[in-house]
Amino acid sequence: MEPLIPRIVALVEPSLYTVKAVFILDNDGNRLLSKYYDPELYPSMKEQKNFERNVFNKTHKADNEIAFLEGMTVVYKSSIDLFFYVVGSPQENELMLVAVLSCLFESLSQILRKNVERRCLLDNMEGVFLIVDEIIDGGVILESDPQQVLQKVNYRVDENPLSEQSVAQHITEKLALTSHVLQSAKEQIKWSILK
Amino acid sequence: MIKKFDKKDEESGSGSNPFQHLEKSAVLQEARIFNETPINPRRCLHILTKIIYLLNQGEHFGTTEATEAFFAMTRLFQSNDQTLRRMCYLTIKEMANISEDVIIVTSSLTKDMTGKEDVYRGPAIRALCRITDSTMLQAIERYMKQAIVDKVPSVSSSALVSSLHMVKRSYDVVKRWVNEAQEAASSDNIMVQYHALGLLYHLRKNDRLAVTKMLNKFTKSGLKSPFAYCMLIRIASKLLDETEGGHDSPLFDFIESCLRNKNEMVVYEAASAIVHMPNCTARELAPAVSVLQLFCSSPKAALRYAAVRTLNKVAMKHPSAVTACNLDLENLITDSNRSIATLAITTLLKTGSESSVDRLMKQISSFVSEISDEFKVVVVQAISSLCQKYPRKHSVMMNFLSNMLRDDGGFEYKRAIVDCIISIIEENPESKETGLAHLCEFIEDCEHTVLATKILHLLGKEGPRTPQPSKYIRFIFNRVVLESEAVRAAAVSALAKFGAQNDDLLPSVLVLMQRCMMDSDDEVRDRATFYMNVLQQKQKALNAAYIFNGLSVSIPGLEKSLHQYTLEPSEKPFDMKSVPLATAPITEHKTGTTTCCRLICTGKLPEKLAPSRQDIYQEQLAAIPEFQALGPLFKSSEQVQLTEAETEYVVRCIKHTFARHMVFQFDCTNTLNDQLLQKVVVQMEPSESYEVTNYIPATSLPYSQPGSCYTLVQLPDDDPTAVSCTFSCTMKYLVKDCDPNTGEPDDDGYDDEYVLEDLEVTVADHIQKVLKANFGAAWEEVGDEFEKEETFALASVQTLDEAVGNIISFLGMQPCERSDKVPENKNSHVLFLAGVFRGCHDVLVRARLALADGVTMQVTVRSSEETVVDVILASVG
Repeated sequence: MEPLIPRIVALVEPSLYTVKAVFILDNDGNRLLSKYYDPELYPSMKEQKNFERNVFNKTHKADNEIAFLEGMTVVYKSSIDLFFYVVGSPQENELMLVAVLSCLFESLSQILRKNVERRCLLDNMEGVFLIVDEIIDGGVILESDPQQVLQKVNYRVDENPLSEQSVAQHITEKLALTSHVLQSAKEQIKWSILK
Repeated sequence: MIKKFDKKDEESGSGSNPFQHLEKSAVLQEARIFNETPINPRRCLHILTKIIYLLNQGEHFGTTEATEAFFAMTRLFQSNDQTLRRMCYLTIKEMANISEDVIIVTSSLTKDMTGKEDVYRGPAIRALCRITDSTMLQAIERYMKQAIVDKVPSVSSSALVSSLHMVKRSYDVVKRWVNEAQEAASSDNIMVQYHALGLLYHLRKNDRLAVTKMLNKFTKSGLKSPFAYCMLIRIASKLLDETEGGHDSPLFDFIESCLRNKNEMVVYEAASAIVHMPNCTARELAPAVSVLQLFCSSPKAALRYAAVRTLNKVAMKHPSAVTACNLDLENLITDSNRSIATLAITTLLKTGSESSVDRLMKQISSFVSEISDEFKVVVVQAISSLCQKYPRKHSVMMNFLSNMLRDDGGFEYKRAIVDCIISIIEENPESKETGLAHLCEFIEDCEHTVLATKILHLLGKEGPRTPQPSKYIRFIFNRVVLESEAVRAAAVSALAKFGAQNDDLLPSVLVLMQRCMMDSDDEVRDRATFYMNVLQQKQKALNAAYIFNGLSVSIPGLEKSLHQYTLEPSEKPFDMKSVPLATAPITEHKTGTTTCCRLICTGKLPEKLAPSRQDIYQEQLAAIPEFQALGPLFKSSEQVQLTEAETEYVVRCIKHTFARHMVFQFDCTNTLNDQLLQKVVVQMEPSESYEVTNYIPATSLPYSQPGSCYTLVQLPDDDPTAVSCTFSCTMKYLVKDCDPNTGEPDDDGYDDEYVLEDLEVTVADHIQKVLKANFGAAWEEVGDEFEKEETFALASVQTLDEAVGNIISFLGMQPCERSDKVPENKNSHVLFLAGVFRGCHDVLVRARLALADGVTMQVTVRSSEETVVDVILASVG
């Protein structure tokens, strides 16, 4: 006997609403950024965080690119201590979701000068928000070419000389920056050893 | 003072999150510097980022504080720092729902949207549309139309996507922009193309002609965007599905041509669309399957996943089409992505031969603990269908399933396993004891009430009939001691069945029952007391009626009748026969608590039962005054088509049987848009002594709005054996011509009629299916007072299967004890059928079939009423 396949599953309603959610987690599974575009999918913060926790637990050990969790297709990618996820419906073309994910990753990689790690990301959070906003608008893929995204965001990593702030503050910041560079180098080494 | 790097964070190492210890109140305090002159863009930018970060973390902002921060933010529009301005747009979007008076920024945004800075324009449009409601939309309509056709792609895309979001709220305004969207669709920019196509389709999707035209245009002109191609493929396959046209149409050709597109995304979308089409032939599938086969060896995990998932679906319908990919699938078994490996194995299980089953099962058990529950369920489903295909493999499967049952897993997963084991037990009698043993072990430590009750119910049904019933008693009684109320109640019901079936166990069961009567829960005590008393009578008929076979009435119907009875108390005791019967026989798969002893259930049903189709008809018919005196509805038939497809009028009939009457419900649809029908009746001419007593017309049948008319027929009282009859039917009505556009009818009409196909009433219309879970007990209960037996030769029938199918559909009775399944390679078979004859007389049929040059059938009928036995035998003959 053949199992019956419901007709509804077979038909994807033609629509531009491709992405159900996108989120970035750190290596403890904490949310750094997340956007849910379908109000019916996990309407409450608690449900969203549960979902993120579940997805993280199932994906952080092996870098497998794609999984099917809680009835949703999830494509993902990790970098040092960051995890990037794009979620779509089970009928969605998986390659479209991958296109969104790689555009997000490439764009971030560019503005972060290839330092795609937590500290660096958090230091440039405004750039991250703007990039996500240029790639997906309300679930619709707005742009999928990283070069176009960067051009539209026109964001520079904050390093310009300070005009109004005191020299003293300038120095403190520089110092902090150095120690931050050291810190991130340390973490990178740590992670490469752990891997 | 803002410090980008908090000292505390620095020290704590892993907690180096500059946003970690953010306090909402502190951030809002900081936001006061928005009002300082001159504006410090860096500091303001950082504060806005903090606010958005907090909102993103789920921090709750009160309306007042949000509004205050929002108003302060509006001042930042004075700065010309690009990133700051962009963050203002984001803040506006994030706060649109939590702050009041967000429309205050409308003019600033409109300025940016039409200004010279291209970087601002797109994002400003998206922010503006986010805060614009349908009343204000007209004010910016002009700008939106211009923006849609703007030569800067980001502006045009932003306007198109925002329009799409607004279609939900303001369809009427947005649909006026269709010409602009059309123009945008021919843009050189691939994203603009895609967004324009999406908006156009959304505006036109209810107009099939317009969609077809649009599709023709774009498939011919050729688009550059792969996303747009995917969209076109989806539109084309939807259109193909709706028109149910053949696959020789240009739409199918277009989809097939996309298989040769240079972008993988488009190729996959096309392959997936073809695979999902209903009624695809093997030849049409072949090219799609071969591109999927190529994808199986792609270095991209997502593509391999997509391909194997789609092949898995193909394998359900067309296993042979996928056989060509077996080698590629074999390579995926060891894929490091376990989802891909699982899908590959389950696909192979569907396409492979019986000999490969053992090897594949071994492979899959090596990593089953690593995969997610969703895929474990997929594995169980594959095993389930495999068991149906290769019944001989059930011992391998059973072993595998019992191991899975011991692993950790969620409810859905465990339920899938339990269902699978139960179906194996039902299909293969020799696996019954092993299966029951595994299930017994499972309920020893089962946290899911639903599964425990289901298994207890199964044990009660199957256990007493095994060679060693006593060994199950311990498992069941352990539940009474250890579990929650619902499980205890189900265990009591199961125990009672052992006592009723096995005389030597009865004394021990009575002792256990006695203990259950001390239970702390009402339901458990009530059940125990009830069963105790029934069992002590030691009467087979009582056991059959109250322990083995539950009630066969409709539960919502019973509830209604009882409620009615309490409203109008009378001297007469409540009559169960006045309750309509349940239409779908209570399946054996339901949980134990629902099937047993509904009589003593004190309104504690586990879930609210949805009214069945028949309950709905009962209600509809009772609302018609002419039918109120007919009593409870006995049976409603399936719909019978009385017109050919694609005719002027579509008429379907449902036959409703009552104790002494039948009501024929004609559901009519008028498919002519220039006609209005009034006073529609279906006139019926019976061939036998049936008497048409009343017609209830459908007052008016406008174009494409279905309506119902009814014909009431009295069944012949003097001849109860006249159960079959043929009616010739004619639809009569008053036609008024009308304007196809407005539906406005002319004043005058004329009478007309339309001949329908004949309608048959057969013996099946007088019998309602009833499932007797224990046919033997029911057989004894009815007794042989009116038993009759006759032998027939079914010359035209070649196989036992065919004979069984014919008898069931002819008599319209419920096969019991799974006797509708004829075991393979047997020359004889016994079929058990149960039902209730109109007037509430139980009727049971035992048909012994023997195969030898056609089928010989010996039919034995028992009933509580002699005429019923005669009717059945006469109609079989």
